[in-house]
Amino acid sequence: MASLDDLKKRIASVKSTQKITKAMKMVAAAKLRRAQESAEKGRPYSEKMNNIILNLSSGISDKENAPKLLSGSGNDKVHLCVVMTSDRGLCGGFNSNIIKKAKSYFAKLAEDGKDLKIVTVGSKGNDQLKRAYGDKIIANISFKDSKHANYFDADKVGKMVIEKFGAEEFDVCTIFYNQFKNVITQIPQAQQIIPLNVKNSEEDKSEDSYEFEPDEDEILSNLLPKNISTQIFKAMLENSASEQGSRMSAMDNATRNAGEMVDKLTIEYNRSRQAAITKELIEIISGAESL
Amino acid sequence: MSEEFKIEIVNPEKSFLVKEDVSEVVVPAFEGEMGILKDHISIISFLKPGIIKILSKSGDENYYVEDGIVEFKNNNLSILTSSIFNLTDLDKSKQQDLLKLAEEEAGKPDITDQSKYLVDQKIEILRSLN
Repeated sequence: MASLDDLKKRIASVKSTQKITKAMKMVAAAKLRRAQESAEKGRPYSEKMNNIILNLSSGISDKENAPKLLSGSGNDKVHLCVVMTSDRGLCGGFNSNIIKKAKSYFAKLAEDGKDLKIVTVGSKGNDQLKRAYGDKIIANISFKDSKHANYFDADKVGKMVIEKFGAEEFDVCTIFYNQFKNVITQIPQAQQIIPLNVKNSEEDKSEDSYEFEPDEDEILSNLLPKNISTQIFKAMLENSASEQGSRMSAMDNATRNAGEMVDKLTIEYNRSRQAAITKELIEIISGAESL
Repeated sequence: MSEEFKIEIVNPEKSFLVKEDVSEVVVPAFEGEMGILKDHISIISFLKPGIIKILSKSGDENYYVEDGIVEFKNNNLSILTSSIFNLTDLDKSKQQDLLKLAEEEAGKPDITDQSKYLVDQKIEILRSLN
């Protein structure tokens, strides 16, 4: 059995770890509120953008000549996957969930005989993917310097994706991120952004006709690149809210576990202290008896 | 019957402005300035750098935008833009910053005709503000 001194030291160390996890939880909670707020505030933009594109693409007369970002390059050979993760660890299953989702998608692509290219956003995803898919990663982007997710950063990623699409480096682009549902639930998502998935279910919407100035094609070709950046920005916002939520619950668990451990160790400490006292007493009494 | 309609300006970060009592909006559409009144036909257009003028009962407002999309439908005007500034908040130093950025872009050798045109517009508008 560990000596009293050792136990004491362990209790102290667990307690100080608990202090750290508790502090991290508080910080995550504060950041979460802000991240959640900006995720909610960012929603109208992407929703409106989606609506307009929906209206536009349903109004477009000849689909053949539609911009390539909408209709695709005609092939389905090379897939570009943008995997968005965080730059920091200690946030529970946040990064692993995205990676897991992405890896199963990669496996499916490999089965279908498609080529794969990966862009990682955030250093944690890069760390986890470079072992298995190192040769497939064509770029790694990290925004360690920016405090919050901002549109400028998203635009950079978007422009890069569009540039690569323009150079015909890939045919289909999918982004991976965590959708924020609540503090304990984040759902890993795979969303295809090129070619754009236009849902035709809302066909009746196209009833009202728009006047376009200039014509549809020009508006669409102006709008679609923006939409890509917007979708990426949305993913970044969702991701940052999810990251903080995930970290908060992970740190909450860690704090609780540390508390349990302290209790257990304290009981053990007290027991061995009592045992030592009892032993000493027995020694004294039996010593006195033998006199 | 009132001659007012609703305007909503959103940027990627947040809903920038919502107003219910707007009587007229002038936007710098791609093919020239466009005034929008109530019961305008549904329209989608995009913006070039310029000034959005909003006339309403509670006072007129002017905003400087660099790009964006306008959608008008059922007396709802939505403007999506990634860079918008209220003119009253746009002080001299900020104007200079924007101007410098634009001039830098205009100086790039590989600029396309269309973006050159847009940047020139930007510079012109920013200069005229001073």
